[in-house]
Amino acid sequence: MNETSQSHLKDLDFSVVQQCMHCGLCLPVCPTYEATKIERHSPRGRISLMRAIAEDRLEPSLAFGREMYFCLGCQACMTACPAGVNYAQLFECARAEAEASGVLRSPVRNLVRAFAIRWLFMDLNRLQLLGGILRLWQELGLQALLRRSGLLKLLPARLRELEAMTPDIQPHFSAGLIAPVTPARGPRNYRVAMLTGCAQDLIFSDINRDTVEVLARNGCEVVTPPEQHCCGSLQAHNGELELARQLARKQIDQFAPDQFDAIISNAGGCGSHLKHYETLLADDPLYRDRAALWDKKLKDIHEWLALIGIRPPGHAPPQVVTYHESCHLAHGQKIVMEPRRLLAAIPNLKLVELPESSWCCGSAGIYNLIQPEMAGQLLERKLNHIQSTGAAIVATANPGCLLQLINGAKQRGLTLRVVHPVTLLAEAY
Amino acid sequence: MNNHQGHAPSLDPALRLSHAGSMALAASIVSELRRLIGPGNVLTEKEDLIAYSFDATAALQQMPGCVALAATTEQVASVLKLAQETRTAIVTRGSGTGLSGGSLPSPDCVVLCLVKMAKLIELDRANLTLLAEAGITTAEVADAAAAAGLFYPPDPGSMKSSTLGGNVAENSGGLRGLKYGVTRNYVLGLEVVLADGEVLWTGNKCVKDVAGYSLRDLFVGSEGTLGVITKVLLRLIPKPPAKSTLVATFARMDQAAQTVSDIIAARIIPCTLEFLDRTTIRCVEDFARVGLPLDCEALLLMETDGHPAAVAEEASRMAELARMNSATRVLVAKDDAEANNLASARRSAFSALARVAPTTILEDATVPRSELAGMIRFIAAVAAKYRLRIGTFGHMGDGNLHPTFLTNERDAGEMRRVEEAFKEIFDEAIRLGGTITGEHGIGVSKKSFLPKFAGSAQVRVMRELRRALDPKGILNPGKMFD
Repeated sequence: MNETSQSHLKDLDFSVVQQCMHCGLCLPVCPTYEATKIERHSPRGRISLMRAIAEDRLEPSLAFGREMYFCLGCQACMTACPAGVNYAQLFECARAEAEASGVLRSPVRNLVRAFAIRWLFMDLNRLQLLGGILRLWQELGLQALLRRSGLLKLLPARLRELEAMTPDIQPHFSAGLIAPVTPARGPRNYRVAMLTGCAQDLIFSDINRDTVEVLARNGCEVVTPPEQHCCGSLQAHNGELELARQLARKQIDQFAPDQFDAIISNAGGCGSHLKHYETLLADDPLYRDRAALWDKKLKDIHEWLALIGIRPPGHAPPQVVTYHESCHLAHGQKIVMEPRRLLAAIPNLKLVELPESSWCCGSAGIYNLIQPEMAGQLLERKLNHIQSTGAAIVATANPGCLLQLINGAKQRGLTLRVVHPVTLLAEAY
Repeated sequence: MNNHQGHAPSLDPALRLSHAGSMALAASIVSELRRLIGPGNVLTEKEDLIAYSFDATAALQQMPGCVALAATTEQVASVLKLAQETRTAIVTRGSGTGLSGGSLPSPDCVVLCLVKMAKLIELDRANLTLLAEAGITTAEVADAAAAAGLFYPPDPGSMKSSTLGGNVAENSGGLRGLKYGVTRNYVLGLEVVLADGEVLWTGNKCVKDVAGYSLRDLFVGSEGTLGVITKVLLRLIPKPPAKSTLVATFARMDQAAQTVSDIIAARIIPCTLEFLDRTTIRCVEDFARVGLPLDCEALLLMETDGHPAAVAEEASRMAELARMNSATRVLVAKDDAEANNLASARRSAFSALARVAPTTILEDATVPRSELAGMIRFIAAVAAKYRLRIGTFGHMGDGNLHPTFLTNERDAGEMRRVEEAFKEIFDEAIRLGGTITGEHGIGVSKKSFLPKFAGSAQVRVMRELRRALDPKGILNPGKMFD
């Protein structure tokens, strides 16, 4: 079928749209509705637009396209929804509809999307090459020099803000820190695969190393192939479902799900997408069954450790920690208590509850890049809550959240350690 | 493809969806609205109008002409003056959680949305009152009261989203009606903008006040047809020092009903006596995962509150009565958190039922408590007669039932059977001395049943009252009665 003439929303089983009975119980948990009090910016309002398209009462329009990208995709509405609406699926379909209809097309946007979503993140070699260049730039002190020089002032304000958000690239990518096979420390009880991710691999490869370390100390032999693929969540969440399917097939080819007790993800956003390959590949008879098995084997690291039981760690310094929930870990994967229990298992660690801990921090994938104003408001709100806890450490389990909070703390001049829960556990072994 | 026109039950032709989506509202009115309340607060894009074209009532939709988000009483007054001069229909709404189509737009009306008027103005600890703007949510009121050691009992199922103004306009109930009554019992005063834009205050902080007609009571439950409620003065009560929450399960529905009768006969007035049938229990547990037993036909959620000694005695008496009626088990919530989880789970019942059917249409026929067991049997028989799937839950303690048909609005034949079934249920409720709506209001859903229920004298007085307060018929036209 011709991509441009396809209507994702009309082709979708109507019962998915109809599941919403517009009771309004999603309103108070939706960050964009809370900020604007305008129905269009609520889950119920967005679904009404999707339904209007499915029923031929509305054509995909610029306003529709913009609305779908104003949604954070945080899925807090799914936790609140008694009717069980699959908003995640509707949201992906609606963004795909917006892309297929072309209402959002502009030369700059087309170029950025072609480069980032359809080229760069489709192949991790390209991403690592870019990461390598960026690392060199940072290591040679050129970034610092440029920032000191004042030349950045010549850039438009938005580009200046984006430049300031450039993450620090780690000295080594995951393959430089993790052996292809890491034996279990002590008796081997499980054989698991470790997904190192894309952004995570460049910016937080140390978290991947800590994850493997913790797994090994809990009786797991860990298989970590040096060359991996992006999970496809970036593509799926940005209206490129076909590219997401290509990447899902590559993952399944690389990690045959029947060969492992579990396939481990340590990034909330990726994990949430990785667990839905069966839906994504439902129309692919070659992959459908393996995708179903894949979904069963895919485990978030906190979930897996809770399942197999955490070997008690030895020593850790006294520390006060608060926990910010990644939306796609809490709402997408419903993993809420496991990270808290993991943190509570660390000796001398005092866990202080964060007010609104499951409210989005504004990172939301690439949301902070495309919707800086709303993302900034959410970041402010989050930082205020973090400061109210008095904790000097905030733990969170998603690279987007980690980056967002690191940048936020830097802007505010806070001495706040932003860390993955698994790193704190690894430090305690 | 089916469209919305074919399956809107009990909806008169004037309210049916205009497919053209034409903007019949004059451009001059829209530009004047923009001048009055700010351009950003007047929404006219089709994408906005669609999002305000419904409330929480199933299968009803109507495009408005525009949406006006007012921020102050003065703005509301100016909008109403304009509407009066131009004979423009005004449909007031809060969060749009109503279940009778009360805030469904009328064709090309101005939807006047008050959610931006959400300030808590005063919590008076000396007089135990709370003054707030109409757009504050019910949950925010309840939380503010609780934080001061006080209690605001009305707790409609939608309380996390629903607004106080909407609760007053619909006289909402909730799970605690049996002991604590409904919204009306807590309204001490109101600020209302009249149809011509004049602002009226009625009521005050005094418990006793018999100066003139109680206009305050007239506006409670007026469904947006007599004026626009902009501020509410509420009576709060001391927070009961103790409570105990029990869950009892039964193999047959009539055992649960008999338990309720026995509890009342034993002179116990618990604050909550809720029941769920098998279908509802499954849906609620599927969503809330609070550990409801799935192997029973009926479940009673019972709560008593008050002095600790009285609570302990009443709880044990209720457990005993449940066992005497062959309860398969009686469980006691171990703490407040578990009790609150059970109550929240119960509040989600209506929405949770949507898990098993595309369209859920619920009603709130209410009968005197003594007729409850018979009414429940009657509803089951009607569902069987019309070959309809049904989930029933509700407030057993106050006779307010929520039979919910699990259907599909795209199945025109089934929707007709639903309408027929409801007619029989309402007729039976009236025959038993009950009412066609306990807490959801007339709106458009029950408009056709009001004349028979209320009788010609009442309808005449209602009509004259409405004409006196809204002579040009601009406030929520087409709702309640014509």
